[in-house]
Amino acid sequence: MALELAFKISGGDFSNAGKASSRIKKVLKQLNIDAKSIKKIVVAIYEAEVNVAAHAWKGEVKATVGEENILVVVSDCGPGIENISLAMKPGFSTASKEVREMGFGAGMGLSNIKKNTDELNIESRKGEGTTLTFRCYY
Amino acid sequence: MKVSELVKKYELKVFAGEQGLENEISGGYVSDLLSDVMGTAAENEVWITLQTHQNVMAIASLKDLAAVILVKGLEPNEDTLERSREEGIPLLGTTMGTFEMAGKLYADLAGS
Repeated sequence: MALELAFKISGGDFSNAGKASSRIKKVLKQLNIDAKSIKKIVVAIYEAEVNVAAHAWKGEVKATVGEENILVVVSDCGPGIENISLAMKPGFSTASKEVREMGFGAGMGLSNIKKNTDELNIESRKGEGTTLTFRCYY
Repeated sequence: MKVSELVKKYELKVFAGEQGLENEISGGYVSDLLSDVMGTAAENEVWITLQTHQNVMAIASLKDLAAVILVKGLEPNEDTLERSREEGIPLLGTTMGTFEMAGKLYADLAGS
């Protein structure tokens, strides 16, 4: 049976970025998912949360915890990503100076997500928002 | 080496997270880029940084780090302290710079 979890994120709210990944980490631990898989999933979800906080106006994380894998959908209302392949390039960033000063926005987010997931799909519309869908097998 | 031994040896300030002082240290990581730490640091490592905001403790918790050391006498934000307490991960401080602190920790761990 799949377990559904949902979290809201507000743009600019870095204090709540990490809530979803932290909660999902606890749930996966309780389900005795292997530690290595949990680590990868947590990195991917955290980066996605930070992306929403750094770039979008608002968004949400929805996770479906299944028996063999976890499916995560992170959707936001925001500026969208103009060039997805460029955004995937390590080091490329459109983050503001303030965000960078916090140590975020180094252009590693999406590549960290790619590295730690088994399936990743990004859909984006300029001026409307972005939906990230990824899956990790345990 | 335990976090408590590191604290004693280098007279580190313990800002919060005393519950985790008996954590065993497996290594260290030095970076001020949070995604770099997120992608690279490993469990039970000590993270040396100059970032003082609460996301530092969020990452330390998500990555199961042994402790965080703030360098150059930097003070953590109030919500960072709170997060350290909640997560039970020691938040430490030193007046040393990153280079010096990392060098000492490296020498200790390489020799143990």
